[in-house]
Parts: sequence; structure tokens; C-alpha cells
Amino acid sequence: MHSQSPPPVTFGETPFTRSKRRREKIAFAVFAGMVACIVIPLFLIVGYLVKEGAPLISWDFLTTNPVGGMRKGGIWSALLGTFWLVGTSLCISAPIGVLAAVYLNEYAKDNWFNRVINLAVVNLAGVPSIVHALFGLGAFVLFAHMGRSIIAASLTLAIMTMPVIIASTKESLAAVPRQFREACWNVGATRWQTIWHIVLPNSISGILTGVILQVSRTAGETAPIMFTGAVFYRKIEEGNFFAYGLADQCMALSMHLFTVTTQVTNAPHALPFAIATVLLGFVLMVNLTAILLRSWLRGRKKW
Amino acid sequence: MVTPKVQVENLRLSYGPKEVIHGISFHIEPNEILGIIGPAQSGKTSLLRCINRTIEFTTNTRQTGTIRVDGEDVSQMRDVYALRRKVGMVAPLPVGLPLSIYDNVAFAPRNAGVRQRAALDEIVERCLRQAALWDEVKDRLDSLGTKLSGGQQQRLTIARALSHSPQILCLDEFSIAIDPVTTMRIEDVLKELKKEMTIILVTNLVQQARRLAARTMFLWNGEIVEIGPTSEVFSDNPKDRRTYDYVNGIFG
Repeated sequence: MHSQSPPPVTFGETPFTRSKRRREKIAFAVFAGMVACIVIPLFLIVGYLVKEGAPLISWDFLTTNPVGGMRKGGIWSALLGTFWLVGTSLCISAPIGVLAAVYLNEYAKDNWFNRVINLAVVNLAGVPSIVHALFGLGAFVLFAHMGRSIIAASLTLAIMTMPVIIASTKESLAAVPRQFREACWNVGATRWQTIWHIVLPNSISGILTGVILQVSRTAGETAPIMFTGAVFYRKIEEGNFFAYGLADQCMALSMHLFTVTTQVTNAPHALPFAIATVLLGFVLMVNLTAILLRSWLRGRKKW
Repeated sequence: MVTPKVQVENLRLSYGPKEVIHGISFHIEPNEILGIIGPAQSGKTSLLRCINRTIEFTTNTRQTGTIRVDGEDVSQMRDVYALRRKVGMVAPLPVGLPLSIYDNVAFAPRNAGVRQRAALDEIVERCLRQAALWDEVKDRLDSLGTKLSGGQQQRLTIARALSHSPQILCLDEFSIAIDPVTTMRIEDVLKELKKEMTIILVTNLVQQARRLAARTMFLWNGEIVEIGPTSEVFSDNPKDRRTYDYVNGIFG
């Protein structure tokens, strides 16, 4: 009974290869469908926003203050406020976040204390922004007597983005192979020399990308600034980029969008769409910068 | 009596709960080539890492016993970077730093404070020549070290280890990525270098130890099975039967 020899091995068409190809096609269709699930709504949303908002958008819209109880005029004070909030918060969170990540990844020993810190960073990144807002209100606005101001709001935003910057920077640093570090240590380089000459130059693209992507997140947040520095309406000098001071209250695009849609009656139908389009355009431009920077730096990758 | 260049006394090392070196003692004379042979996991690399204290970068290790370099306890040394410059280390896998070939070799001298271009040029050329790499790369010193072939990168690693003028050179299986001809060239260089420095040669090629080493140490499972003149270790009747078996490839 056992003497029956197995069928000869062939490499042509068999039921097995046919079913294999069929499964391959199904898998491909499923994955392509998933991509469509993401891309189609995205295009629908953006297309709808732009279509509804485009008639209102003009150079004047961007560079004049809102007038007539927000119903007319432009969004200059909100646009500039967003620039200031994003810029200031990034100036605070980027250096601290990057240096903290360098410490955690390169210097900190693997003990329970540093594990707790790492855990805290990860968890802090997951705290809802409204909680950060309340912390900012308590710590900066009230306790530190900053009042509601750009600096208080920026600090709040910085606290919110810092854990994410730390996490993304740590990842970029960890992507530099350990053997490079060991080679440096073997020739008597200090940790700092190793970091400065080898680790940072080869992780800077990832670090910068991580930081820049936080810009878009900062620009879109409403909750943290609502209690700490953003106001319903403020008139500022048009065309002056330094119309805001750090201690001033400001308007912000995200907040403006919120108030126009919920608080202002009889606002033109296109206004919220136009504001959203500008906000999206801002975020898109920032992300585009990140992508270009990344591809440029990656072209200089050295291993 | 001459002070031993390196003296290891009752060295024990554990990674976490696992002890990998079980109290070994030996010494190395100045200007000697000591061959260290032994199968994987016998503690060869760990031993070298203890000598230049890069073991400190591994967490959760515990080390007892003393290692003296020139009579000085390495664990008491203030300037660990000077120690690491004194002990050149060539890792088993080639690592070209993501810098130019020139900068790869000039990296250590620069970090030690050498700034003059002429001095750096001289060091780079000397080290690349010693590592038998100069002729292949002299026209493209500013191209990336990481773009060299594996064997070239390994010789670059050797050049880098020589760049800080070490007194002790630890070669950890330097030849696994290099072709036999180049290996022989480097072995000739090592015979020359012996006049200037002490060499610890960890190798899986037992014949390499036989060719180069004055004395050979057989390390097995974190213990010294035998250490003695190479001629004795490789003879037909070494002190320990296991040495004979290992050297002749009939182990286990």
C-alpha cells in the first residue's frame, strides 16, 4: 500500500498555484479597499470645505480684522494669533523635548526611576487636551500670574506637545545603530562627542519631522488655548506681524472657527468653511515642509 | 621583573543572574601577542570589554576582581577616555562610522584635541597604511566610510583603532570579513606593530593564533582551560585534553 510513489513535482499550473493566485488577488483587493476607506472621505471633506469656503477666501480675507460682530471682514487677528501661539509654543517645547529625549535615550540608565519617567512621558502624550488646558489655567494663568496671554497659552500647548516630541525624538535617536556608538566609545569618545558627531547628524531628519508635525497639531487645538489666552474677538493692527505681544490675549483660527459656528448668529454660510480651509491650508503647508525636509535630509543619509 | 602590561586577577562578570566569566586570572607581557581562542559564548568579547571598560555601557552587569593596565587598576581610573585610547579595540563586525574615510580615522585624534591639519593628515595616512587600506582609498578620502565594502570597512575599523596610538591593541576576530590575502597582509602588519604595542588577538581561526601569538589562552565557558606558550598549546600533548580536541577540531 505504501509503495505508491508521490506525484512528480511540476512548476506549472496546478490547483495549488491557482488558489494561491486567487488569495493573492483577494488580499490585494482588501488592502486597496482599506486605503480607499481612508482616502475617499479625506478628499470628500477637503473638497467640500474648499468648495463652500473658496468664494470668501482672498488676500483681503487673510489680512483684515473681522468686523461687524465677526460677520464681515477677514481673519487677520486669528491667523496671526495662531502663528504666534504655534511659534512660541514650539520655541519652548522643541528644545526642551529634544534635549530631554537625548538624555532619556543616551544618558539615562535603565533603572526603575527612568522607566517610570518613560512611562510618564508616554502617558502624558495620551492625556486629553482639555486636561492640559485646566493644568495651564491653574499653573500659568493663575499660579504664575501670567493671566490669560499668549505666553500662558503657548506654555500650555508646549506642555501638551512635549511628550510627543520626546517620543518621536527618542525613536529617531534609537534608529541610529548602536554599533556606531560602541565604535565611538571604543576610540575614547565621550558620550557627548558621540552624540554630537554621530548620533544627532544621523537622526536630525527624524527629529525635525517629529517636531514639525507637532505644528499642525498645535495649530488645530482649541481646548488648551480657550482657557489660557485665546479670546472671542480682538482687533489688532493690520499688516503688522508683531501686532501681538507675549502678554497679550489673542485670537486663534481654531477658536475662531468654533465661535463663528456656535456663537455668532447670521454669519455668512461660507465663513466657517473659509476659516477651516485656511486652517487646513496652513497645516498642509507645514506638513509639506516636513516632507520636503525629510526627503532632502534622507538623500544625505550616510549608511 | 617587568610590570605586566595587563594583569587580570580573579575576574568575574555576570549579565543579570547569568555569570559568564568565572574568576579568571592571567597576565600579558609588554610587546607580546596573546592569542585567545575559544568557542562562542566563552566570554572572549566580554573580557575585552572589561579591559577597556566599555562593559559599563551594558546595563545590569556585575564585575568583581581587578584588571590592571600598567599596574593601574582600571576601575579606579579617573579618565576612562584615556584608558580607551590606550586600549585600541577592533570589533568583530566592521563598523564604518557615517563620516568620510578621513574623518573616520581622524575622529579619535580630533576628540583627543589634535587640531592641526598636518598632524591629522599624517595620522590618517599612517593608520590607513598600517591597516593595508591606504592604496585602495587614498584618492577618495572624503567619500563615506559606510559605503566601503565589508572587508574595507573592517580595515577602516583597524585604522581607527590605531589612530589614537594605543599601547594595547585588542583585535576581536578582525579577519572574519576580510579575504585571506588581506588577512595575511594585516598579520604582517601586526608582527611589525608588536614592536610598539601589546596585542590581544581573539580569534576563531586557531591557526591564526598559532601563526602570530607568543602565548595562547584557551577560554571555554568563562574559564581558562589552558594558557601557555603557543607551541605548547598547539602541540600534541597540551596540559589539558580539551585544548587538544578544540585545536584539532574534534571538540564536543
